Amino acid sequence: MSQAGLGGAVGAIVKRDLLLAFRRRADLSTTVFFFIMVASLFPLGVGPEPGVLRAIAPGVLWVAALLSCLLSVGRVFTADYQDGVLEQMVLIPHPLIVMVLAKVFAHWLVSGLPVVLLSFLLGLQFGLEGDALAVLALSLLLGTPTLSLIGSIGAALTLGVRGSGMLVALLVLPLFIPVLIFGAGAVSSTVSGIGAEANLSLLGACLMVALPLAPWATAAAVRIAVE
Amino acid sequence: MLEAIDLTCARGERELFSGLNVTVTPGLLVAIVGENGSGKSSLLRMLCGLLPRERGAIRWKGTDIGDLKDEYTQQLTYLGHLNGTKDDLTPVENLQISAHLSGDDDSVSSAREALLAVGLGRRAQGLPTRVLSQGQKRRVALARLWLSTRLLWILDEPFAALDDGGVTLLTERFKRHLDGGGMAVVATHQDIQLPRESVRQLRLPG
Amino acid sequence: MSDSRVTWSKYSSLQALYPLAGRLIPWCAGAAVLFMAAGLYLGFFVAPTDFQQGEAYRIIFVHVPAAWMSMFLYVMMALWAGLGLGLKARPSFMMAQAIAPTGAIFTFLALLTGALWGKPTWGAWWVWDARLTSELILLFLYLGVMLLHASIDDLRRADRASALFALVGVVNVPIIYFSVRWWNTLHQGASVSMTAAPKMAATMLTAMLLMAIGFWLYSMAVILMRLRCVILERNSQPRWNQSAVEPGVKEIRA
Repeated sequence: MSQAGLGGAVGAIVKRDLLLAFRRRADLSTTVFFFIMVASLFPLGVGPEPGVLRAIAPGVLWVAALLSCLLSVGRVFTADYQDGVLEQMVLIPHPLIVMVLAKVFAHWLVSGLPVVLLSFLLGLQFGLEGDALAVLALSLLLGTPTLSLIGSIGAALTLGVRGSGMLVALLVLPLFIPVLIFGAGAVSSTVSGIGAEANLSLLGACLMVALPLAPWATAAAVRIAVE
Repeated sequence: MLEAIDLTCARGERELFSGLNVTVTPGLLVAIVGENGSGKSSLLRMLCGLLPRERGAIRWKGTDIGDLKDEYTQQLTYLGHLNGTKDDLTPVENLQISAHLSGDDDSVSSAREALLAVGLGRRAQGLPTRVLSQGQKRRVALARLWLSTRLLWILDEPFAALDDGGVTLLTERFKRHLDGGGMAVVATHQDIQLPRESVRQLRLPG
Repeated sequence: MSDSRVTWSKYSSLQALYPLAGRLIPWCAGAAVLFMAAGLYLGFFVAPTDFQQGEAYRIIFVHVPAAWMSMFLYVMMALWAGLGLGLKARPSFMMAQAIAPTGAIFTFLALLTGALWGKPTWGAWWVWDARLTSELILLFLYLGVMLLHASIDDLRRADRASALFALVGVVNVPIIYFSVRWWNTLHQGASVSMTAAPKMAATMLTAMLLMAIGFWLYSMAVILMRLRCVILERNSQPRWNQSAVEPGVKEIRA
């Protein structure tokens, strides 16, 4: 197939998933509300002192983003697996890796990007300002695609498995740790005035490593699942 | 042509069939029959390359399908027992996307035409697939065959959930496919009303 | 019925593997006892008392070799898993499956001894030290491999899926380790660290090496035993059992 054919196929998959997400808006808002809820619970648990909140903000906001990403990415292939679209995707004459990447990208657009945008608002709730807010959003912008990529491996590995939701969490959370450390580290080092460059570069490096490797593993897992 | 030589299939530790040979030549439909659980679906998935084979070879025009990869899937239309359609999309949208992904004609007009040909009226075409009946959903999936220009069709129980009218329509479509030099491997429980010389039956041992 | 139509050639490699594993087990187990006894004697009675930590430091003769084994076994498991995926070889998957629990146990042992060491030395059962934290994450990875295998019913799928996850894990372990080190220096400085172990005397190093060899031999014995169980479990056809198990059983008794 020609290059244009491949691009067209990627476009078609992204377009279909966006259309489906739009028709099932309720699912979409669940992820976003989950992010807001989890982050809002912490001030209630810890107390409203601005100093404490500002200190825990990077970790709390990053963990909340990470959990909401986990919640949604765990289901990225489930519907396709159940209605047979996934096996058709394996059989179309295009590389499965690229198709998988297209699906993950569409998923990130509807569940990762809203989290990035909302982080401004939640950051304000926690008393972050100026540079720290910008770095929070930037770190999420660099980090959430990596989370989606890694999460898709776990989602594909657990297709059709009993209790797959918990299993995805167990498989994927340890792999999320570097992203969490660099992401939260970027924000907290901005707050303490050290500068976020090093952490942000490491986040970018994680994305660069995950971008070629994760879809390969996900595609292999999808093949195992549909056999 | 498609050749399968000495195929063995095991599910878990249980062997379903072994030493199976299938040859499909242009103009021929191979009907796979056998009891439930005899491995019909597994055989079809193996022929598609979805299921790895324990032993044996599958060749398309003399080359192993494992080496051909996309060159083989370009020649192939597969329909499993799952419809491969999205409940939240309309039949037209479903058909357009699957046609686009497999490189067939994906215009709205030809999608509508194909759906009319499988007996799905204008009104049903605009509804979400979710609200259609089982038989209608199957027709949406089968409509791909009206757009498909592929040489090889591999179909798992295509007649399931179809009424008499649907069976007749599909049989006619098979006939045109075979007359045009196409090939088909079809798992089925019922007799296919096609000329004797264009159908070969393969019975899997229980 | 079709159940009895299993061909012999399919199991030929396993048929050879089963008695071979049986012959190796007693040797590995015996040597393991010898090496561990020598290592513990050197570590507990010969090695000098540390002037800062006193006798408590001696737990490192278990802690450090256990930590070594936990990582070594993970790499071994991933190697067998990769081999299984590459060659489509069932015995490789069985080997990977047999290694995972032993690896997890050594990881747990390393964590436990780390905690026991921490209490008298730093006054806390758990310190967020980079190495301990990495060990904890390694334990999660082991558990992930085992749980994934256990929750997929189709054995072949279970083998391949958990093998793939083991490979994903092995790529990630260095990144995770680096990130945890990074996090540790960022938040704690060098106040508490396992690297502040006493300076190695020659006897201490020897004791640790002996213990490591002992642990390795123990792992071999246990893994081979588990491998035999896995082989039996997967081939519960009566015909196969009679002809292949019996000789193996006699072998051990002889």
